[in-house]
Amino acid sequence: MAATLIDKIWDSHVVARRADGRDLIYIDRHVLHELHAPHAFGKLARAGRKVRRPDLTFSALDHTPRSAPGRTDRNAKGEVLELIAAMREGSHRNGVRVFDLGDAEHGISHVVAPEIGMVLPGSTHAVPDSHACTVGGLGALAFGCGTTELEHILATQVIAMSKPKRMRIRLEGAIGAWAAGKDIALKIIAGIGVAGGRGHFIEFAGSAARALSVEGRLTLCNLAIEMGSRTGLVAPDDATFQWIAGRPWAPKGAMWERALAQWRHLNSDDDAAFDTEIAIDCSALEPQITWGTDPAQAFAIGERVPDPSSAPADRRAALERAIAYMGLTPGEPVEGLDVHRVFIGSCTNARLPDLEIAANVVRGRKVAAGVHALVVPGSGKVKRDAESIGLDKVFRDAGFVWGEAACSMCAGSNGDRGERGERVLSTTNRNFENRQGPGARTHLVGPALAAAAAVTGKITDVRKLMAGAL
Amino acid sequence: MEAFTILRGAAVPLLEDDINTDQIAPVGQGPKINQDYAELLFQRRRNREDGTPDPDFVFNRPQFRKPALLVAGRNFGCGSSRESAVWAFMAVGVRCIVARAFADIYRENCLQNGVLPVTLREMDVERFEALVVASDGHGDFTVDLGAQTITAPGGERFHFDFPAADKTRLMEGLDDIGLTLKHADEIAAYEAEIASEAPWRQRADIGSIG
Ligand code: SF4
Repeated sequence: MAATLIDKIWDSHVVARRADGRDLIYIDRHVLHELHAPHAFGKLARAGRKVRRPDLTFSALDHTPRSAPGRTDRNAKGEVLELIAAMREGSHRNGVRVFDLGDAEHGISHVVAPEIGMVLPGSTHAVPDSHACTVGGLGALAFGCGTTELEHILATQVIAMSKPKRMRIRLEGAIGAWAAGKDIALKIIAGIGVAGGRGHFIEFAGSAARALSVEGRLTLCNLAIEMGSRTGLVAPDDATFQWIAGRPWAPKGAMWERALAQWRHLNSDDDAAFDTEIAIDCSALEPQITWGTDPAQAFAIGERVPDPSSAPADRRAALERAIAYMGLTPGEPVEGLDVHRVFIGSCTNARLPDLEIAANVVRGRKVAAGVHALVVPGSGKVKRDAESIGLDKVFRDAGFVWGEAACSMCAGSNGDRGERGERVLSTTNRNFENRQGPGARTHLVGPALAAAAAVTGKITDVRKLMAGAL
Repeated sequence: MEAFTILRGAAVPLLEDDINTDQIAPVGQGPKINQDYAELLFQRRRNREDGTPDPDFVFNRPQFRKPALLVAGRNFGCGSSRESAVWAFMAVGVRCIVARAFADIYRENCLQNGVLPVTLREMDVERFEALVVASDGHGDFTVDLGAQTITAPGGERFHFDFPAADKTRLMEGLDDIGLTLKHADEIAAYEAEIASEAPWRQRADIGSIG
């Protein structure tokens, strides 16, 4: 029978059906982090249970480490240090490997897992973090989960779920200059809304998804959760296989050939039925930016802030609130607004190609006076790779801070944040009120618009900047 | 997990859409290992810019100090998967959340903690919300999971739909891990099968052994 890719991966991971009707889905790789692991290890120990597969479980240290150049975890504050210590201790006690500060595999878990070859096409992946969906870009089925689910997976290596509905989003057309995965994702969210994918898993398909680099697909899938879907994926193809081949943990030799033979079947059959089908025209797509306080409040860089008085009555109050929080006026363009802070980083946009795009804009320019500009590579490897081609120098010469890999200003859990009233251009995934500091005003953008804002001090159309029209 | 049968108490109206877990349980700059979850609940919205409590914010009003229900709008609990956004409500006594719709992970996190996530039938939503607003914390709402009803202080009763499987688990307060471990043999058999069919799925670092 014709099946979608989501069904194929799901069905091949069903271990049993539980008495309450939920499927037990096998989890191939499980990555914890310091904000949740201490509680889960503690609960597990109190229940007298052990980690079933410590060899398939890993601990990342990504949300709280300082990103200041030359950091050690000793400059984290007291309570944070306790969390880190508890995670190390629990991991150690349970035989779980920690990707610790200074290790070759240190970084944001959603960046590290693909880059070391831990995540493979057709496999399942779970992290107590909603952006686990990022690794769907490799054709894996990934689940963000809560702490209790985490404890469940630790004890059993399965997650108990009911199969969700399947949605396919077809992305067709050739996107425009200086647009990339982030811009496609923001365009989708603006179209379907922050709850548009609720109850579904999403497969991203179509020529625009195919044309994206693997890193671009990771960015696109990263934002599946902001569409309301628990996960999203892109069917793996030759580009995916090439990207994975030779990574340290990926199969090699005859094992690689065997895996590849299986992976080539990882696609939705032509006549497979989806519960929901959506098409988004991406032809000549322009760089996108959010203006408000949820990721659906996004538009192309040249557009104007909406006028709540012309919105449907039940949306008006929310629009007014977003406009007030962001310090905007209905009808004004966002282009040209003063920017105080720029953050290039996070599991959304801190892989090497993201930094290259930003560096291409920054090269030979200076960070504008009064702007605080921070680049934080997504992992130690991204940082090393960037330094080997001199990107660190491009950024530092321009006046950026070149930080150590961590989540950093994405959620501000490590102390990096914006101040009240500051306008922040950020390559992250959430522009909620107070996310990047109490009262900070976040505009989500791709690395190109972020870099353009850093060097001009204003929200700037990168295309005009690079065409010398400014 | 504490079994859920009958719940009685005040219902807090928070009739907004897209309330995210960053609002409910901010992580902020200082994530803590021994968090006071009651204090965490809407920490930023509860307080004004100068740090003093905002007397108008619904959870600061005296009649909502120990509520039992929360009533919210669409897409409740979107954003981060943090479970503290459920624990924070439990810490002040909320055991049932009625929303026009829930974000997927949040709904699951509720079930995992014995908190009942209810979505009323379309035709009842506005009437129910109006009763919650009118009661203003005075008068008890009664949730009966067995009968799948919520009764307002005046006696008006609303039926809701709820998946049978989730209902059993909540009503019996079943230990989820215990339920799954009944399948331990099948998990082991599955692992053995995968180890021969797709060995790379059972060895995380298969590449490093050649
Ligand atoms: S970078 Fe941001 S979104 Fe990604 S895992 Fe870290 S805190 Fe979460």
